[in-house]
Amino acid sequence: MSCAGATAAEMAASLRAGQTTPRQLLDHARAQLSRLDGRLNAFLAHTDDLADRQCERAAGMLADDPAGAGPLCGIPIALKDVLCLAGYPTTAGSRILEDFRPPYTATAVQRLLDAGAVPVGKTNCDEFAMGSSTENSAFGAVGNPWDVERVPGGSSGGSAAAVASGMVPISYGTDTGGSIRQPAALTGVVGFKPTYGRVSRYGLIAFASSLDQIGPFAQTVEDAAVAYVAVAGHDPRDSTSVPDPVDDPVSALQLGVDGIRLGIPREYMGAGLEPGVRDRVSEAIAVLEGLGASIEEVSLPSTDLGLSTYYIIAPAECSSNLARYDGVRFGRRVERPSLTETLLRTRGEGFGPEVERRVMLGTYALSSGYYDAYYRRAQKVRTLIAREFDSVFERVDALVCPTSPKVAFTMGTIQDPLEMYLNDALTIPVNLAGLPGISLPCGLSRELPVGLQVIAPRLRDARVFQVARAYEQATQWHALRAPMVASA
Amino acid sequence: MTTQTVGLGVDSAYEAVIGLEVHAQLLTRSKMFCSCSAAYTNAPANGNCCPVCLGMPGVLPVMNRQAVEMTVRTALALDCEIPAFTKFDRKNYFYPDLPKGYQISQYDLPMSLRGHLDFTVNEERARCGITRVHLEEDTGTMHHAGDVLQEATSSLVDLNRSGVPLMEIVSEPDLRSADAAREYLVRLRQLLMYIGVNDGNLEQGSLRCDANVSVRKFGVSELGTKVEVKNMNSFRAVHRAIDFEIARQVAVLEQGGALLQETRGWVETRAATVSQRSKEMAHDYRYFPEPDLPPLQLGRELVERIRSELPELPEARAARLAEQYGLSTYDAALLTASREDADAYEELVDAGVSAKVAANWQMGDVAALANQHHRSLVDSGVGVVGLATLLRLLEDGTINGPTAKELLAELYEHGGDAALLVRERGLGQVSDRAALTVIVDEVIAANAQACEDFRGGKAQALGRLVGQVMKAAGGRAEPALVNSLLRERLSA
Ligand SMILES: [Zn+2]
Repeated sequence: MSCAGATAAEMAASLRAGQTTPRQLLDHARAQLSRLDGRLNAFLAHTDDLADRQCERAAGMLADDPAGAGPLCGIPIALKDVLCLAGYPTTAGSRILEDFRPPYTATAVQRLLDAGAVPVGKTNCDEFAMGSSTENSAFGAVGNPWDVERVPGGSSGGSAAAVASGMVPISYGTDTGGSIRQPAALTGVVGFKPTYGRVSRYGLIAFASSLDQIGPFAQTVEDAAVAYVAVAGHDPRDSTSVPDPVDDPVSALQLGVDGIRLGIPREYMGAGLEPGVRDRVSEAIAVLEGLGASIEEVSLPSTDLGLSTYYIIAPAECSSNLARYDGVRFGRRVERPSLTETLLRTRGEGFGPEVERRVMLGTYALSSGYYDAYYRRAQKVRTLIAREFDSVFERVDALVCPTSPKVAFTMGTIQDPLEMYLNDALTIPVNLAGLPGISLPCGLSRELPVGLQVIAPRLRDARVFQVARAYEQATQWHALRAPMVASA
Repeated sequence: MTTQTVGLGVDSAYEAVIGLEVHAQLLTRSKMFCSCSAAYTNAPANGNCCPVCLGMPGVLPVMNRQAVEMTVRTALALDCEIPAFTKFDRKNYFYPDLPKGYQISQYDLPMSLRGHLDFTVNEERARCGITRVHLEEDTGTMHHAGDVLQEATSSLVDLNRSGVPLMEIVSEPDLRSADAAREYLVRLRQLLMYIGVNDGNLEQGSLRCDANVSVRKFGVSELGTKVEVKNMNSFRAVHRAIDFEIARQVAVLEQGGALLQETRGWVETRAATVSQRSKEMAHDYRYFPEPDLPPLQLGRELVERIRSELPELPEARAARLAEQYGLSTYDAALLTASREDADAYEELVDAGVSAKVAANWQMGDVAALANQHHRSLVDSGVGVVGLATLLRLLEDGTINGPTAKELLAELYEHGGDAALLVRERGLGQVSDRAALTVIVDEVIAANAQACEDFRGGKAQALGRLVGQVMKAAGGRAEPALVNSLLRERLSA
């Protein structure tokens, strides 16, 4: 088989057919990585010895019980560098954690290790997952495999690029305001953000606790479903983790959309969309209609408030979450004669400008005298946005819309933070409401990938996969690879 | 309550307005959000920590149910309301002993509200309102090379205490004197220990008290400028610091000055409060709901279960003991000072010791021995069961009072079986009428003058004769019998 760009499902089948071994899959991943990562900068660290150990483990599991070994057994994966892996550098893309090695492993990562997955390394991201282009990483920007001069989106740009460039079939990122779906859209892969609370956040370096969710990148909806199941489920170490059993997204894959009611939120198709994006999404909606789904225009009137609401709540939480980086117990410390100066210099030198901006925004929004006007009001709007989704979901089963208003832009061209924030206008409301959402390829605009977003009610994660898979089966966009994947 | 003006003098034109904020470490097994031990004092520095209580990146808090239940128990003991819905908030500030840069606490929706504590101050009944009881986590501790952090050349941080469950009990500003404040604190501490949520150690800081103190002219309803007084780690310090602060504030006002809203610390060596932080320098804690912990629904069932498990509280128990066993109010209060004492007393009575004898011995010899050996009755060699045996031997006449006293002292320190010792050493009292009559006659013969005096109406002369008989009988004669025999023979 040709390994670069193979799906996890294909690899799993080859492993069981005796056509390949975990070791060979790892070697292929490493070969692709060393061939391309000089140009992409997708990885911050390679976890070579762990990958070797996991290879042995996976080989053993497959030999003992090929049917019982899970679908990720022996499959190379990559992990966003905000996911803690005991004993390995975990930087969150920040100077302040440059030499930090956590003594614990994130629950989601532990589940992957137990399933026999083979992590090849930690992927680059915007510092503390704050950004929409991965240009905010302290360790250099990441190239988009479709055009290395362009951004891969963010903040999980490294994980998106690792899959889009065929280094690994599955990677994991985190999505706080679109940080999985938007880079998936911009790199032409599938990216899934689960219902808030479906995947444990234990061991995920927090950006905004009430919004963060871990989720997978993959080349196909099926791979994404399998990758999601591997990390989903209740964890007593995360009090916000949902105890309900996980709907099986894999069996939902074959259900089709005949008779499904799909809503098209008017506000998501409005001004600000690049014409190519609008056209591709409209074509995709027509495809779904052709498959038997009923299409209905719906309205989510508070959509335009999502961005400002998010940019109060997320920075407020981040200003508190990042207070622990004081140089006292771990991470970078810049020693100065006094405690206050040490604190100021440690944080001043450790954090990049976007992190500083958000910490200041959040500190301000929570300050006495401003709390009611900003934070409290934002929480009210957040509730309103969630209620609007609830009422729309009384009439439709899922929503279909663009993931990102634009295709990948050229690095360095967006300097205004507010303009940058607009990239997430269509993904943020989903986080505010805690809903599951997926982005999957639906064609090209200006020869760059366009993402189709499917959103479902809370805990109806399986339905997202059902709709996405029906569309994927009816089209060939998922088979389209970035040119660099195959070129020798 | 009537106004107490002990710190001011009864003729003062000012009255003090005092509220206390008490922090109590809970006696849970583990810390509030992780499985580290809550008993942190014996571990080497930073030897009782994990990633959660160290505030490392990516770790999350998990609520300790026992801490929640203990807080509810306390709130119920203070007659508080328990709202069905409560949540936790982050209190944000930077300090090296606060690993996350925020303390998980409760802001606008605490676990309980609106209770009260009754007590007696200067022989008058008083009631102090409880504003709220809420749950939060303790910080670590710091050791400075130098007195204060700002002037320290270096500081060491110990996070063993970080994350220990801490309950905050905020009183209404209902207290009007240092006496009242101290008595409130005494009763609150007793209550917390009674219900088993706190060990009551003010010196070591498992129980801490801050006071909000202001003064105002009598008849004025608005509150004066409030000063928060900290760093009082004994009842005595609480009393002295509040008295000092009241006098200081009155003096400032009398001299036409204005008071600053500030935080002041009690400095024992200077016997004064000293300014620590002005209002302008006060922290903006930027409270907001803790996103890592879902709000808590305290079901009625849970609350009612905890209520049903509350032990009888000290005031009620004292009243019952007074009624049931015919004790004075004073004795009943003394015997119920701690739950352990009250339990011991009722065990003695249940074991057949008379209520009066049990009370006298427990408050007398046992209390003295406990003091002398720094060992409570329960932890002593004799124990409650041993004491019951001893007192029964006394009451059934097997031994006399002096023998019981001697035996108790020995058993308290070294332990042993009272009944066995009495048999082995022949300590049983002599109640044999014939044998005692012989001794009595000998004593009468040898003490003609005393006999003469007694017959002449000097009643105290009899005591001398009794003493002689007891001495001749090796201290074991039954005192009442000796008495009646002497009277009998002398009037013959
Ligand atoms: Zn701990």
